[in-house]
Amino acid sequence: MDPVTRRNFIKTVIAAGATASSVGYLFRGPGALLGQTPSAPGAVERLITLNVNGQMRRVDVMKQETLAMTLRYKLGLTGTKLGCDRAECGACTVLIDDVPHYSCSVLTHTVRSRAVVTIEGLESPTGELHPVQRGVLDEQGFQCAFCMPGFIMSAVGFLKVNPNPTRQELAHGISGNLCRCQDYDKILTALMKGVEYTRGASNA
Amino acid sequence: MPDAKLVGTNYLPPDHIAKVTGRAKYAEDFRADGMLFTKLLLSPMPHARVLYIDKEGALALPGVKAILTADDLPDLNGAEKALTNEPLYVGEPILAIAAVDEASAAAAIEAIHVDLAPLPFVVDPLDSLRPGGPNARRGGNVWAAPQPPAPGAQGPPPPPATDLVKWTEADFADDEGDGTRLPMGRALEEWSFGDLEAGFTDADLVLDETFIVQSTGHHPMETRSAMAYWQNGKLYLHASTQSVAATVAGVARWVGITPADVVLICEFTGGGFGSKGAGAVSSAIPALLSKKANAPVMMRISREEESYIGRARTNMSGRARVGFTKDGKITALDLFLVQDSGAYGPMGDHRSCGNAASLIYQPGAMRWRAINVLTNTPPRSQQRSPGPMQADGIMEPIVTKAAKQLGLDQVAIRRINAPEGKAIYGPAGPNGMRPHVTSAFVKEALDRGVEVFGWEARKARSGQRRGPKVRGIGVAVGPHGAGSVGFDSIMTIRPDGKLYVQSGVGNLGTHSVFDLARPAADVLAMPWEKVEVIWGNTGKHLPNTCLSVGSQTTHAMTRANHAGAMDAKRKLQEIAALDLGGSPDDYELGNERVYRRGNPGRGLSYAQAAKRAIELGGRFDGHSVPEDVHQITKTSAAALVGLGLMGVAKDTFPRDGNTFSFVVGFAEVEVDVETGKVTLVDYLSVGDVGKVVNPRSLMAQLNGGSCLGIAHALCQKWVIDPQYGVTLARRFHYNKPLTILDIPNHLQATALDLPDPETPVGARGVGEPPVGAGYGAVLNAIADAIGVDAFRRAPVTADIVLMSLEHGRRMHEPLRTHL
Repeated sequence: MDPVTRRNFIKTVIAAGATASSVGYLFRGPGALLGQTPSAPGAVERLITLNVNGQMRRVDVMKQETLAMTLRYKLGLTGTKLGCDRAECGACTVLIDDVPHYSCSVLTHTVRSRAVVTIEGLESPTGELHPVQRGVLDEQGFQCAFCMPGFIMSAVGFLKVNPNPTRQELAHGISGNLCRCQDYDKILTALMKGVEYTRGASNA
Repeated sequence: MPDAKLVGTNYLPPDHIAKVTGRAKYAEDFRADGMLFTKLLLSPMPHARVLYIDKEGALALPGVKAILTADDLPDLNGAEKALTNEPLYVGEPILAIAAVDEASAAAAIEAIHVDLAPLPFVVDPLDSLRPGGPNARRGGNVWAAPQPPAPGAQGPPPPPATDLVKWTEADFADDEGDGTRLPMGRALEEWSFGDLEAGFTDADLVLDETFIVQSTGHHPMETRSAMAYWQNGKLYLHASTQSVAATVAGVARWVGITPADVVLICEFTGGGFGSKGAGAVSSAIPALLSKKANAPVMMRISREEESYIGRARTNMSGRARVGFTKDGKITALDLFLVQDSGAYGPMGDHRSCGNAASLIYQPGAMRWRAINVLTNTPPRSQQRSPGPMQADGIMEPIVTKAAKQLGLDQVAIRRINAPEGKAIYGPAGPNGMRPHVTSAFVKEALDRGVEVFGWEARKARSGQRRGPKVRGIGVAVGPHGAGSVGFDSIMTIRPDGKLYVQSGVGNLGTHSVFDLARPAADVLAMPWEKVEVIWGNTGKHLPNTCLSVGSQTTHAMTRANHAGAMDAKRKLQEIAALDLGGSPDDYELGNERVYRRGNPGRGLSYAQAAKRAIELGGRFDGHSVPEDVHQITKTSAAALVGLGLMGVAKDTFPRDGNTFSFVVGFAEVEVDVETGKVTLVDYLSVGDVGKVVNPRSLMAQLNGGSCLGIAHALCQKWVIDPQYGVTLARRFHYNKPLTILDIPNHLQATALDLPDPETPVGARGVGEPPVGAGYGAVLNAIADAIGVDAFRRAPVTADIVLMSLEHGRRMHEPLRTHL
């Protein structure tokens, strides 16, 4: 296999849609380590430790692998959804060191030694829902809910920098997430309820 | 019937906790040991023939397990297959490869060599109708009108046929020479009622206008990914579909097996909006690759691929000649439609568009003509309000223009034409009678909206300029068919005292999958905590269920479950009478017991009655079921025999008329005349959707549907390059869907909550009618702000606004489909 250069990465991972092939998602499974020689120029260590949801996880990661793929296909954390794989929709949003990121557009190797939190990591160790999750539950936010994990992670991240947003400010804070049911009004109501609960929890 | 306790109240749907914790599993979230991955080879040409496929290089690559081509698929009598040897649009799948991972599958796709012979293609329907214009298919360029079955004909109807139609140069020569009116050549479909010419003669004002309704991709958040494996000769398919029970037949046909050998699992669907009505034809690919490779196969569909195979709204160019009296009553409507069915179809939006126009404007006389054109563009499917939404687009600008010219209020002109009660619509049927609706309370909805929206106050400030900003208000009525009849239900009261309701409905997050159990629980006076809904897996014995399309589910399945619950209730009463004496009618239900009227101590608990039902057998526990239920229901009931007291029935409740719902949309916009930006300031929808079953979900449906219409008015469109036939509006970014910043801080929604008299629960569907209302109301508001002749196509983008304002007349392309 050719050395992975930025040019090749873009060529294979991003640009293939315009040709006759349908190479959109690219994912190489752990079973097929085709042509990867550890001593190849630019090679990086494959077996790395990730801090995901407070746990240290050893995982075999290709250098061109995105965090979304690692989470979904290596760590079994399928709550993180892929809606576009191109940083357009936000369904794959996770927190990295408390900041929301599109995990489809983050290379897993760049998050070593950083704390990753997914939707599965929001509940307390005793199984209590995060206040934002409770708000969504109580107001029945979201319809099909495929976008829900991303929206919730965006909101949780936004509340860390603005714990007291107005409805309008919250809308701006989560505007990097798309909902195609367009249940936006109820999403905002539900997440504002989550804001209220979060405030209550931090005051307690 | 006891007082409704559950119907009409909010509740926490039983699947919501799985959603907020990320545990809800959609199709791509499933894994199986040894699972292979798929990549597709898509056509780079809009129309071509596959001459030769060289697979050798691909098969020689490491990790490649199987290749599937169109030759491996069953023949579908000319209908769209999952793979093709004659691609009809750019992006149509030609071949699929399963390999140990996606990188290996993608490498194998690159190693495939395909010889394609290009064929003529066409992107714009009018280009195909021009003399000498190209045809989308070798067999023709339009869909022929469907033929009524021959008298005494047996078996399935013949497959739809294509035809060849070219209009003349004279047809294309515009009568006014400015080329802005839709040419009207030979139409293949036509109906009429009333005296059209007399209607125009009686009119004080006649307008003749053309409007272009755009296409848009459905783009649900979840693409049509699917995972399949085979066990003991049965196909297990994890797919993304709007329906569950009703998806099986299609999957069986696409894969070439019997429905009994399909187990479909879909507990959660990430949206569909009509694009996954009965599933997706592409799900045959992992199914058949799995069979070939003898391993589970996952096919992940990328957003890019979804842009091609994910379906789109049927775009339509419409010309309407409309006669109005001085007070705004529509005397005559002459409607001509050129519909773009894309590469497949035939789509029927043009027919429901004509029916909807006749329903919401109640013209005294009407003629409807249409031609259904094929193009080499990605396949269309029904998109949330297929047809009626287009009717709103074509008709609303004309009605608004008439109101302005006649000096009438926008609400008043809709009110005077509004359907009322058992309003008639459409052409006469075979019996010579025009059909009618079950009920319509549109005037009430208009009145409610005027009050709630504060219409008069907003009217006072519309048209006023503040700096570069000018306001406008609009109103529109969105109609849609909202209910079918004749489906089945199965439910059991088991010895644990609980009610188990089998739900064959898909789970799109509208909660109809659970809502349908609530009228059943009401009939049985069963507390909601004691109700278990079984859903999302056809291996769990589901009844014959409607497709979750066409806003029909709530109506159809509340009826069916009402019927099943009535059957269970009767059986409870009969068992009590058998054991405790008296006649069944002496017994009533309450406190999870069936007891002697006036003597609550004399009775049986539901748990006891369930045990007795099992002892009694026969029809009490499902050993025998009513003759009139569907074979699917009989098979499912047979698998549930002996579990408890079974309620099983077909909906045979009478219905006078066809069920329609109506939503009235009220919009206020602010247009920046310097930038052309249109901002939606406020929006209200008022639902005439029958009895409210689930208030919170209903509001979500009203708002979500409105937003789709609003997006069509403001931003969302689909563009195909006419030169190369390439879809330009790929992925989300270029489709311009509505974001959370494009709506007002609060959307308002309310419902009349007037029960439909023709269904026992009173409920009608709601999914679709808000779309046309949103589309029409926002278009009208923009027209109110910047002029009724400023645009005749949607979306009304900033360039259209600015060019119109600068030149004092509309400057956009009048007839081209894709801009």
